[in-house]
Amino acid sequence: MTTSTTENTSPVVLQVDGLKTYFETRWGTVRAVDGVSFDLRRGETLGIVGESGSGKSVTMLSLMRLIPEPPGRIVDGQILLEGQDLVQLSDKEMSEIRGSQIALIIQDPMTSLNPVFSIGNQVGEAIKIHQDIPKRTVVQQVLDVLRKVNIPAAETRVRDYPHQMSGGMRQRVVGAIGISCEPIVLIADEPTTSLDVTIQAQYLKLLKELQEASNIGLIFITHDFGIVAKMCDRVAVMYAGRIVEMGDVRDIFNHPSHPYTEALLSSVPKLEEDVDRLYSIEGQPPTLHDLPPGCPFAPRCQYVMDKCLETYPSQFDVSDSHYAACWRLE
Amino acid sequence: MTTLEANPMTQTTSEVLLEASGLKKHFPVTKGLLISKVTGWIKAVDGVSFQIRAGETLGIVGESGCGKSTTAKMLLQLEEPTEGTIRYQGDEIHNATAEQRRAYRSSVQAVFQDPWSSLNPRMRVRDLIAEPMVINLNLSRREMQDRVAKLLNDVGLSSYHANLYPHEFSGGQRQRLAIARALSVEPRVIVLDEPVSALDVSIRAQIMNLLMDLQNEYNVSYLLIAHHLATVRYMCDWVAVMYLGQIVEYGPTKELFDNASHPYTKALMNAALPSHPDIEQEEMILTGEVPSPLNPPEGCRFHPRCPFVMDRCSRDIPQVTELEPGHVVSCHLY
Repeated sequence: MTTSTTENTSPVVLQVDGLKTYFETRWGTVRAVDGVSFDLRRGETLGIVGESGSGKSVTMLSLMRLIPEPPGRIVDGQILLEGQDLVQLSDKEMSEIRGSQIALIIQDPMTSLNPVFSIGNQVGEAIKIHQDIPKRTVVQQVLDVLRKVNIPAAETRVRDYPHQMSGGMRQRVVGAIGISCEPIVLIADEPTTSLDVTIQAQYLKLLKELQEASNIGLIFITHDFGIVAKMCDRVAVMYAGRIVEMGDVRDIFNHPSHPYTEALLSSVPKLEEDVDRLYSIEGQPPTLHDLPPGCPFAPRCQYVMDKCLETYPSQFDVSDSHYAACWRLE
Repeated sequence: MTTLEANPMTQTTSEVLLEASGLKKHFPVTKGLLISKVTGWIKAVDGVSFQIRAGETLGIVGESGCGKSTTAKMLLQLEEPTEGTIRYQGDEIHNATAEQRRAYRSSVQAVFQDPWSSLNPRMRVRDLIAEPMVINLNLSRREMQDRVAKLLNDVGLSSYHANLYPHEFSGGQRQRLAIARALSVEPRVIVLDEPVSALDVSIRAQIMNLLMDLQNEYNVSYLLIAHHLATVRYMCDWVAVMYLGQIVEYGPTKELFDNASHPYTKALMNAALPSHPDIEQEEMILTGEVPSPLNPPEGCRFHPRCPFVMDRCSRDIPQVTELEPGHVVSCHLY
């Protein structure tokens, strides 16, 4: 696996190696994540892009060790957070790390906040669990973190309940919970899909500022290449449970080397210019319990060859910091 | 069909199908359960005028709460306007006879955002698609069957799909079904309320291209409600930008995107995500959120968030100014 060497030379905080998460269902084994490897440095933003069913959310849940077992199971691989393998930890050990060193911002603030507890209570919960400090200090820390995410009049809003806040404010509260214990890795799972565009712009700017202030390693899970273009340093494109292409954000946009990435990029309408006709990818994403033996994108690929239908392609380097899994690069 | 490059003067030649003028919808806010009292009015739509021309697409963009869906509902006669008129081919629909209203309802159809909830799960596809025809057209069983098969073909499905139920389809296919259903009574206008935003990225282009092909084939006009600006740029001939129940800027797509004039339109475009990491965007991030339509700001409704706010903005309601033929803006800057 290649790593970015040009710009970011800070230490690697998270290293994922050959992660496989399978689910046992009545239709057979679903290989939701099937051999995913990447690393993340301090202060770096990694985008994981994919459609529904590509395995991006299961990857995120695996990193947090939140896979429901059964039916799910991390069958293989390592998740090294500053050298410590999260896969090997007991539930108790993991719950000390989850929320304090590796934290999560979930996509839907309507459902991820509990409607019967006040904002202060919910932001304070993580702080209380992970730090042994007196109540007064907890209150102070809650106010500090609410101010950090730019909630106006934090002293009064802290007693509010989720329904009293707007969508944008609620998403800020979810962000506040994420950063409340100063994690070293923060995972944001489609944090802006339910927000309006102007509110989304505010929130993305806030996330960027928070990341720079504390030098957090940020993982952005998204389906939107626009967010990747705006926020990310490196990108991993997922399809049917595997990373099909990974590289620096400019390499991916300028030289997409996997046909799926290329097709996705040319199927998005552009704000800046007129497009006569968009390229459209035919067919549907595959169902994961019944994958063909070769490349899972082969049935939709415009460059498909015989080999693609037989064997899953190996990874080929396009440059030092860019690889793709496609037989065309052989 | 006119292309995006066509200049606005030539565009105005096609026939105006649907015209809304001064459309308002105010919802009462009531207090008390048994003896309820009106304590205020939510001005969801407050004086909106636009035209939809034959074979063209008008896009309405804006954030949640700007009144774009309420406007669509009024066109579909799902809401009665508080004030203002809707004219269809020159006739006002509110004074129309029951017969004319029926005809209007079948010539204005809708496709909604979420194909998981807009199709009845207990009906087979053939009944779903035939339902509007059963109500509005007098066809024999045989003709009906043929029409369903043709519609399925036109939207990229096969005639054997007619026997299946909606749950057997993926999101993109369901949206195709919803489109076939809307087309079944040969409408002149289809209201598309966020037709692709619930779909996967790789499916969106399929549906957008399908809609544009069908527009040519059936010569139907679209009213596209969307929040994604790039989608609007791709699909629309005309764009109206709405903020708090009013249209702040309106014009031909290319002109509006190249010379966005209202500060809100500019802010929306700057807030939209870039299509390439090297595209430098101006920093113009709006502060605050959309105020409540219960108590909209005095003067220009955008002034509390506007970076170019002047004294008169909080006092006077801006007049509509025509910058280029067809391109109008309501802002004191012009």
